Amino acid sequence: MPTTSLSHTETPLLAGILALADDALILGHRLSEWCGHAPMLEEDIALANIALDCVGQARSFYAYAAEVAGGGLTEDDFAYRREVGQYRNCLLVEQPNGDFAGTIVRQVLISAFVDPYYRALTASRDATLAAIAAKAEKETAYHLRHSGEWLIRLGDGTDESHARARAALDELWPYTGELFEVDPAEGALIEAGTLPDPRALRAEFDATLDHILGEATLTRPAGTWMQGGGRAGRHSEHLGFILADLQYLQRAHPGATW
Amino acid sequence: MYTQALNARDTTAPVAGPEEAARADRFQARIDAEERIEPNDWMPEAYRRTLTRQISQHAHSEIVGMLPEGNWITRAPTLKRKAALLAKVQDEAGHGLYLYSAAETLGTSREEMFDQLLAGRAKYSSIFNYPTLTWADIGAIGWLVDGAAIMNQIPLCRCSYGPYARAMVRVCKEESFHQRQGYEIMLTLCRGTPEQKAMAQDALNRWWWPCLMMFGPPDAESQHSDQSAKWKIKRFSNDELRQKFVDATVPQGQYLGLTFPDPDLAYDEAEGRWRYGTIDWEEFKQVLAGNGPCNRQRMKQRRDAHAAGAWVREAAMAHAAKRARRAEAAKAAALQQAA
Amino acid sequence: MAEQKIPLWEVFIRSRNGLAHKHVGSLHAVDATMALQAARDVYTRRGEGLSLWVVPSAAIVASDPADKDVMFEPTASKIYRHPTFYEVPDEVGHM
Repeated sequence: MPTTSLSHTETPLLAGILALADDALILGHRLSEWCGHAPMLEEDIALANIALDCVGQARSFYAYAAEVAGGGLTEDDFAYRREVGQYRNCLLVEQPNGDFAGTIVRQVLISAFVDPYYRALTASRDATLAAIAAKAEKETAYHLRHSGEWLIRLGDGTDESHARARAALDELWPYTGELFEVDPAEGALIEAGTLPDPRALRAEFDATLDHILGEATLTRPAGTWMQGGGRAGRHSEHLGFILADLQYLQRAHPGATW
Repeated sequence: MYTQALNARDTTAPVAGPEEAARADRFQARIDAEERIEPNDWMPEAYRRTLTRQISQHAHSEIVGMLPEGNWITRAPTLKRKAALLAKVQDEAGHGLYLYSAAETLGTSREEMFDQLLAGRAKYSSIFNYPTLTWADIGAIGWLVDGAAIMNQIPLCRCSYGPYARAMVRVCKEESFHQRQGYEIMLTLCRGTPEQKAMAQDALNRWWWPCLMMFGPPDAESQHSDQSAKWKIKRFSNDELRQKFVDATVPQGQYLGLTFPDPDLAYDEAEGRWRYGTIDWEEFKQVLAGNGPCNRQRMKQRRDAHAAGAWVREAAMAHAAKRARRAEAAKAAALQQAA
Repeated sequence: MAEQKIPLWEVFIRSRNGLAHKHVGSLHAVDATMALQAARDVYTRRGEGLSLWVVPSAAIVASDPADKDVMFEPTASKIYRHPTFYEVPDEVGHM
């Protein structure tokens, strides 16, 4: 493996695949930080399951990205040899775990989007993407169910848990807008039937969220200002630290096999 | 690996009356006949206490054992290694859970056992008080620590106490990939760059002796295992298990091309086994007493996680109570309407 | 402050269609929904099952081991309940 950061020509298709892969990897990475520190043993195992699903999804998408990019690249080249600016994940998944409410709210928000997105992706004209989505959708459906049940318990639990859930929702809400943005390159892929149009999923996202929030005695924050830029490589400061951890060994021992 | 609890003598055994003695005889006869003891069966209080201590210590070891390896989940060098390590550490949470459940059948709640651990009144395996400094340590833990654990856990599958034996069957089945995972990491490092091989050698140097200590003090100094052997909780002595481990492990290390940090290590042709040098039991004693390199850090991490989760557990319980009240009210309303 | 104890649940798994649910272990959960999810997450990570039951441990009524003789001994003498109690000549064949 070459010693420097990856430089490859990013076609719209490759960029689209990498966005899916990066979302899954960074979320899985964040969730894996809980391992050994969860509020109860059963939940430690549950969070690790979700993290493992995410890492698995990332690997499938990276493997496909490697195939599309050619040149003998592997899944690890994409994960371990790209700079912050080359990562295309949304800002939501790189947000720190916070307290348990922060992690659960982040999970509900991303799952309420990703689950219908994957379901729509199963109809992609791209057979590989459709196949990956078919497997992943069953996983994300469970992630939504599990995090949704937790959010209901936190929202409608004690005064303290309600306040924490409320605060997490306010904190993370501005990162949801990016999920529904479409840049011109992605627009072409949507046009071609390769990727679903996220804008078409907004109603389902809102309905899912309102249902869970209703039971949790919470409401959608009123704020409308949204953060963005992750898909274009403009990230929050957090991603740099994630990659410093994630890529440390590959960067310190260029070309080594692990 | 986690039977270090059996090296502590039970000093609180009550004086037995004649009826108690007869029951104890019948109990021993069942054990001798290789019958399994189940939760509701009569058992001597000392048997219950010994098992509770051993199983809970075993469970604590699994939970604390997540921390040194957990360190490296976010830094695993490939996605394949990352998934395998996360799955392995997750398994340890599962094993802790199975073991706490087995201990609970003896009448001590998980909360009480947690409290004992967090208050520093319960022990866990000495090995997890050593730091994981490089990626090779993840290989060494899988290969050596899990290898030592398997030596200890396989006989426990036949332990006289049914729930413990059944938990161990499940643990052993799941753990079969752990040691292979570790050995594969070591093998890859040893076939890699000179830096990687040095990393592997350094890990073996640091983990070898602490791994030998995992089996507990030499038989000559631990007369305490007699009762556990009689109760068929522990079926092999510390030294027997340690020897088995050394005999199995040395050829594996040689295959890797690594050197064991023991100048006295030599094959005894006549006995057909590997002789090893003197273990530093003072170090072992210090680590057990809380003075290992990471004892304080590990306990602090466990305490912090437990404290940080308190509001979550409280909220979930409060929600369950609310739900139950609402269901009750709905039922009452329905009854009233029907009347 | 002593924390409230989180209830204990027993977990049963049907490993394949056609087989009965079998007890596999226990776990802690605040309510039935979370118990079912925890059972899935803890006990079916290696494709162990197709169906799950969770039962509050407190709901299980167990026979007393001290009653073993009273409960189970009387059945030992009822050998006429077993097919081998009856003689059928070999020539008749399998029955």
